[in-house]
Amino acid sequence: MPLVLELRGITKAFPGVLANDHIDLTLEEGEIHALLGENGAGKSTLMNILYGLYQPDEGQIFLRPRNRSVIPASAASRDGLVEVKIHSPNDAIAQGIGMVHQHFMLVPPLTVTENVMLGLESTRGGIFLDQRAAAQRIREISQQYGLEVDPDAYVRDLPVGVQQRVEIIKLLYREADILILDEPTAVLTPQEVDRLFSTIKNLVKQGKSIIFITHKLREVMEIADRITVLRNGRVVGTTTPARTTPAELAAMMVGRQVDLVVHKESLTPGEVVLEVKDLQVLDDRQHLAVNGVSFEVREREILGIAGVQGNGQTELVEALTGLRPVIAGEIRILGTPVTNANPRKILEKGVAHVPEDRQRDGLVLSRPVHDNLVLCTYYLPPFAKGINIQEDTIIATASRLVEEFDVRTPSVFVPASTLSGGNQQKVIVAREFSRPVKLIIAAQPTRGLDVGSIEYIHQRILQKRSEGTAVLLVSPELDEIIALSDRIAVMYRGRIMDIVPAKGVNREYLGLLMAGVEASEAAKVAPPTIGVEEVERVF
Amino acid sequence: MGEERKDTASTQTVTQGKQPAKGARKERGILIPPAWQTLLLPVLAVFTGLVIGAIVIVITDAAVVATYRNFFRAPGTALAATWHSIATAYGALLYGSLGNPREVYEGIRLYLSTGDNTLFLRAIWPITESLVAATPYIFGGLAVALGFRCGLFNIGAEGQLGIGALAAAWVGYRITNLPAFIHLPLALLAGALGGAIWAAIPGYLKAKTGAHEVVNTIMMNWISFRLSDWLLNGPMKAPGYRPITPNIEPTAALPRFFPPPIRFHAGFFLALIVAGIVYWFLFKTTLGFEIRTVGANPDAARYAGMSITRNIMLAMVLSGALAGLAGTSQVLGVDYWVGQGFTAGYGFDSIALALLGKSHPFGVVLASLLFGTLRSGATRMQSLAGIPIDIISIIQGLVIVFIAAPAIIRWLYRIRVERAEEVVLTRGWGK
Repeated sequence: MPLVLELRGITKAFPGVLANDHIDLTLEEGEIHALLGENGAGKSTLMNILYGLYQPDEGQIFLRPRNRSVIPASAASRDGLVEVKIHSPNDAIAQGIGMVHQHFMLVPPLTVTENVMLGLESTRGGIFLDQRAAAQRIREISQQYGLEVDPDAYVRDLPVGVQQRVEIIKLLYREADILILDEPTAVLTPQEVDRLFSTIKNLVKQGKSIIFITHKLREVMEIADRITVLRNGRVVGTTTPARTTPAELAAMMVGRQVDLVVHKESLTPGEVVLEVKDLQVLDDRQHLAVNGVSFEVREREILGIAGVQGNGQTELVEALTGLRPVIAGEIRILGTPVTNANPRKILEKGVAHVPEDRQRDGLVLSRPVHDNLVLCTYYLPPFAKGINIQEDTIIATASRLVEEFDVRTPSVFVPASTLSGGNQQKVIVAREFSRPVKLIIAAQPTRGLDVGSIEYIHQRILQKRSEGTAVLLVSPELDEIIALSDRIAVMYRGRIMDIVPAKGVNREYLGLLMAGVEASEAAKVAPPTIGVEEVERVF
Repeated sequence: MGEERKDTASTQTVTQGKQPAKGARKERGILIPPAWQTLLLPVLAVFTGLVIGAIVIVITDAAVVATYRNFFRAPGTALAATWHSIATAYGALLYGSLGNPREVYEGIRLYLSTGDNTLFLRAIWPITESLVAATPYIFGGLAVALGFRCGLFNIGAEGQLGIGALAAAWVGYRITNLPAFIHLPLALLAGALGGAIWAAIPGYLKAKTGAHEVVNTIMMNWISFRLSDWLLNGPMKAPGYRPITPNIEPTAALPRFFPPPIRFHAGFFLALIVAGIVYWFLFKTTLGFEIRTVGANPDAARYAGMSITRNIMLAMVLSGALAGLAGTSQVLGVDYWVGQGFTAGYGFDSIALALLGKSHPFGVVLASLLFGTLRSGATRMQSLAGIPIDIISIIQGLVIVFIAAPAIIRWLYRIRVERAEEVVLTRGWGK
């Protein structure tokens, strides 16, 4: 296949980091090229350079010319490519390069058509928007590539998977030939991932080329034609799924052998730490999000809550941590009722909370790392004497925690916003796990993290379990739940469908519960447990 | 659509191969570390404001404009007239605000040799007036800055300042026969309390109902204006025709250090001390830690067990108290009575000062000194150079525009920015 893009010797340094170090990369027409690497490996920097958001310090970008007539005949070219300078996303789009960011760039109160048109409005007579023409074009694109979406729907009403489709349509509307997808599966449910993959296959079949940024090995093995692995800003190697294994890829990414199997000590659960009885909680729109949930978590035990996102897990966790009012039912921690207690009282009972949205709830991004490490304990000795903050103690403790929890940061004085996602999460874990805790409530603790960080955080959670802590783990990643939990509860529409032991659990049974099939019905189709002993942690 | 595509592609991006990857557009300019930018940008903003102010001075000067009609015949005359116009204006501004160092020197010498201090006092008068003008600015700027740190936009400093002034004046004239060391603190306390109460109302509404403080503090401003009109024409009116309060007792006045007409008073030092206290409070105490956390990320603050309601109330009350002190310092230090229109926009200028000072207490002090200097120099500029005082308002306005839109300054001076940290000043409506 002919090349459509070549990056040669791309180098970009930021103060203190060499984000890209002479990176070479090629992309063929109709190819899915996966860019694999840990957080901070330089994937995003490289793509931001290609997309015109950053300028490289060194190196060249060669592209297949969009329109041959504008290229002087004498232009030095290689395989029909010419060198381009991409100064801005507008340049990139003009060159047929489009990017779907991890965080969507959509305007929720506008319709799909309006969002797609934004910045490229079709008009009649120069000033009147021609929405009909745009909507027509969107329908054509939908049909051609199998991207089902209603052009008149408001983006705010669309599920995440469909919003992503809108982003892709936006690029196709701008006639992009090279599509960069930045961690496109991070926010999707398993079904939505399948759907996205079939879309991607459709796109390449019709001549588009895809750069797929990810850190999930399974996805890479499933969809990529070629895989380029980055580590510390350098290309470690390029391979194909046929020639490699997940274990090998993981080793290339992390730079050492990675244990893909979670080793879990078998322990006997102790006293009940968290007891929840008939809990009812409302969501923001005053609908019943948690509808009569009961369970308990014991010392040395991990209870996993599985389920498709948006089935009341968020509200459940918020209610347990005092962030959302309970309308009925009871919560007890170590026998003491804490129903509707304020968050501080619950924290002081020995509860560690790893929040689902780490940037919104877990960190103050504009503040230094050291302040974030004492966010829940700043008022207690030794960090405060009376109302006086003991800055030296805080800095010393923070430096120790950064060391102990392997947070990669230039110092404890930089704002938390400058850390990568994995390191931000490590800051939270360091803060929460270093307090004397009896119960850990971890909501999606590894969402969007890289192999190294996931491995690390899993290990920390298991270590806490061994120390006698009770753990409530909420995650939409079934693999994670099965790998870590002792018991698994499946949540669907605010109810717990069943709680089963994790050992030898049948995935199919869990899948049925997650889709809303009653336990008794599901058991007729698939037995809750089958005899598979070892669960592989798949990223 | 194809047509548009072609144009952009051909004009912008396709270049010949084998060119060195240098001189890319976005890379041009000086890279200055964010910490330095925090200092540099306000300085450049002020400088740019003065330059544009100079242009305004020139084009509003009919005599100078006239010389430009003959520019090609006598360019020297035009340029000389321009220079003369600017130099006169800014010279007067400088002289009027800071005085003349030589005169100060002469004054000291005369005093030391003969014991006659009249020349000395006349020489330091301009600079003391600048400090007098800066005093309420410091308090007011601190008030708004403290609000900003908690994510609150206290536009109500104007009203809080007025209520504080009235409260201080009332204690000042109504209570008699108290020793100064009780009366003065009592009057200061009353002023702070007045402002605090006035700010507590929108603070409470924000904390309990989410009603936006911007709307409610503006409303409270209007209530305070009408309330003071009524008080000055009724219960607090001094005997006579004018709607003003009686003079405060001398025991309630902030001490002055020089004979009249020098009005420099202890309020200035009080303002500096309070700035230090606010710094300590915001950055060295658990309370300040909470307020700054609530301001930077209320969700994380709640997660960490901080009470949003309590912090909003606290920040608002303290902000109001500081605003109240701004009015109080003016009453107890300068005017000794309160009349209609007393607040004179101090509260609104305070917003500008907090912005210019980047919501940092020491930044606010510097910004206040600058604004105080400009304000007091403006009067002299009007009398000496015939330049209307309004020119200073224009310069102040420009400075604020440049502070609020630092991109303009960065563009003007080609300062490159590499992920500079942003300070969250206020949040969206209703949250």
